[in-house]
Amino acid sequence: MSLDAPHIGFVLASYGAALAIILGLILWVLLDGRARRAEIRALEAAGIRRRSDRPVDDARAAGPAP
Amino acid sequence: MSDTSLTIRRFADLANPTRFLALSARLLPWICWLTAALFGLGLFYALTSAGDYQQGETVRIMYVHVPSAWLAMMTYMVMTLSALGTLVWRHPLADVSARAAMPIGAAFTALALVTGSLWGKPMWGAWWVWDARLTSFFILFLMYLGLIALNRALEDPTRAARLSAILILLGFINIPIIKFSVDWWNTLHQPASVLRMGGSAIDGEFLRPLLLMAGAFTCLFLALHLGAMRNEILRRRVAALRRQAARGALTAGGPA
Repeated sequence: MSLDAPHIGFVLASYGAALAIILGLILWVLLDGRARRAEIRALEAAGIRRRSDRPVDDARAAGPAP
Repeated sequence: MSDTSLTIRRFADLANPTRFLALSARLLPWICWLTAALFGLGLFYALTSAGDYQQGETVRIMYVHVPSAWLAMMTYMVMTLSALGTLVWRHPLADVSARAAMPIGAAFTALALVTGSLWGKPMWGAWWVWDARLTSFFILFLMYLGLIALNRALEDPTRAARLSAILILLGFINIPIIKFSVDWWNTLHQPASVLRMGGSAIDGEFLRPLLLMAGAFTCLFLALHLGAMRNEILRRRVAALRRQAARGALTAGGPA
């Protein structure tokens, strides 16, 4: 690719836009996942767990689902 | 057990979000590596192949514009299948899939519009024209934004899922309009030259990087969609845990 070709600015702007949008999507997925996992860890640290994640005795004591 | 019932059982197994999380965790690294490899190879050919005798270097815009436009429409088709999954089969992951795909589809549509505009200015002499292909594609972008807004505006997730699914199915009419707009109406946009009866009309010099980049974009979509679905499942788990905590607090406090 020649960098002094006519209209090269349009080509570079297109690849720049693609890079920005793709990086934005990747960051969105990574940061969203990290935030959700942190929320679950905080809830579990406060003793709130899904029934399937609790020890068997705790789950029995909790009784059937409402 | 017959092959058909085994396939159905395996598909039904995926309805369990925990199994889906385990399976997607195993698949994701492979898809990410494949995406990186395809992007490496695709970009190498996209930036080193010969320029077009008429368009010169601007032909290279095609290698990001066309795959993003394909993906914009493919994402909508994935959402349509998910909408059917929500309304017909009531698959627990169908709404998760549709909701996760919406921002990805909007982003690919925006990229196709921006790169199309950047290609249009030097080739047509205009950033934008209100012709059939461009207008129908712009409507697709507005539909994505509308669906995102609707899906997030409704607090009841079941109602949001059903309403979004109905709107997705209604909006599907725009996909064949986009595809065939270049045949049905006079337009500045060129007609189909890769996926058409009689085979591709593009020389191998341009087809190779185009198909490699299309493969890279498709794998990128798969990776992003799986990742966003995993996040959506975790978001719903957080909401369920919060409800559980609120119920526990009410029970502990007793009646007023």
